Amino acid sequence: MKRVFVNEEWCLGCHLCEYNCAFANSGAKDMVLALKDKPIYPRIHIEERESITYAVSCRHCKDPICVKSCIAGALSKDGEVIKVDQNKCVGCLTCVMVCPYGALAPNEGGVMQKCELCLENSCGEPACVKGCPNRAIVYEERGEAL
Amino acid sequence: MKNYVIIGNGIAAAGCIEGIRSVDGEGKITVVSGEKHPVYCRPLISYYLEGRTDLERIGYKAPDFYERMGCKVLYGAKAISIDSKKRKITLDDGSTLSYDAACIATGSLPFLPGFEGLETVPKKYSFMTLDDALALEKAVDKSSRVLIIGAGMIGLKCAEGIRDRVQSVTICDLADHLLPSVLDAECAGLLQERMEDNGIRFIMGDSVAEFQGTKAVLKSGGTLDFDVLVLAVGVRPDAALAKEAGAKTDRGIITDTHMKTSLPGLYAAGDCVESYDAATNSIKVLANLPNASMQGFAAGANMAGGDVVCDKGIMMNSIGFYGLHAMTAGSYEGEVYEEKTEGSVKRLYYKDDLLKGFVLVGCCERAGIYTSMIREKTPLSSIDFDLMKKGATTAAFPKEVRHRKFGGAV
Repeated sequence: MKRVFVNEEWCLGCHLCEYNCAFANSGAKDMVLALKDKPIYPRIHIEERESITYAVSCRHCKDPICVKSCIAGALSKDGEVIKVDQNKCVGCLTCVMVCPYGALAPNEGGVMQKCELCLENSCGEPACVKGCPNRAIVYEERGEAL
Repeated sequence: MKNYVIIGNGIAAAGCIEGIRSVDGEGKITVVSGEKHPVYCRPLISYYLEGRTDLERIGYKAPDFYERMGCKVLYGAKAISIDSKKRKITLDDGSTLSYDAACIATGSLPFLPGFEGLETVPKKYSFMTLDDALALEKAVDKSSRVLIIGAGMIGLKCAEGIRDRVQSVTICDLADHLLPSVLDAECAGLLQERMEDNGIRFIMGDSVAEFQGTKAVLKSGGTLDFDVLVLAVGVRPDAALAKEAGAKTDRGIITDTHMKTSLPGLYAAGDCVESYDAATNSIKVLANLPNASMQGFAAGANMAGGDVVCDKGIMMNSIGFYGLHAMTAGSYEGEVYEEKTEGSVKRLYYKDDLLKGFVLVGCCERAGIYTSMIREKTPLSSIDFDLMKKGATTAAFPKEVRHRKFGGAV
């Protein structure tokens, strides 16, 4: 399966991935109208430590603890992609309590959202990867899950 | 072809079904379901009352789950005994089920206290099952004054769920603060304040001396009139069936890390068991949904001849009221790192180079990183713990760990 991977040595810490993610998932046609002067709720975020920066989004684990922990049955594995059914989510944040990567966060309304690889939005491929200016985020095959 | 029987139809049972099918696609699976509903998650019943889920969305699995898994579900059936030598289970209608491997996933039962005069109360309910919630829904209207006994998770979530359907909600508990099993008075105070701001009243440090119909006489001497009573004093593991069958039990059914009981062919999973707690290295009741699901899966896989070890379970809980969330995990032993702001508290407990537990109120972002450190027993000397204290971040892990986590498939 193709996944999103990060090369932290190449990450500039520019946070463009966060904006591209929020825009791709906004359903809006114009990035300025969608994001300008608004708090954004991207499904990817930059982690920082001294001079190190890198982007974190869902790892689409082989044995996802978030799916096993979801009290509402809202998280599921569709093929190899982990998806959230926002209509079923009750916002209990149990998935936030268990994700070892810190890759899950709720949207503005307290409902969970997560990286679903942009496969079903207008971008059609991970927007974070497409817009990364230094190819620090890539979308590729790197062998099977451990 | 193997015969599998699962007693219970909750989250552990659903995990068990998937566990069996991860190894054995052929064997016959029979589920004994006391409740006449497909699997749903009990904590969702407060969200049902609140209108955040409904009978259509409350299902934990897709409607075709049992069919797809090739399971037969006996709705409204109760197992009354297990003969572990003959590997036979007797149901309440007198019929029997033979098994090669069976799993007890009976969950927990409400603890019913013996209040004086309780029998005089016309409308009284537990708040454990979907049927309890449906009955409570019918019993209340906009003029109802609801009294909830118990300021634990069940009582508090019931209060939040029912608040907008009724005239008033009062919670009474003998403890001096809410959620006493996991929070101290300071953290509990933040949650209580948020609930009070939303119209829920508390009578703490007091209890009911006697019920007289729709009047509660308190130990402190006061009285309280109410229309509907909810008893949410606590729960206990439903271990009776296993105990009578001769399995080793204490508070719950004792299991090993393969979710085996002391009897051959008999497994157990979920809120009814006592199992290995990775935070304290002891055997404990770890009644929470993630554990039920993972224990159920392990039990099922092992029943079918697989080898799945369940040795990372810990106590953990995520609970929120009116937008204020609290998370607790592990055990509160050792040294403590504390950070407070107005409206938030963070405490990390650590000992012997390991993170042992945490309490987070109003600052739950990425808490799963802390949880995984407890579960995985990550040595604190291997990470930048000072950075991790300030905020849960994978950046505190060494470079090679970061590369494995974010540069490879996991």
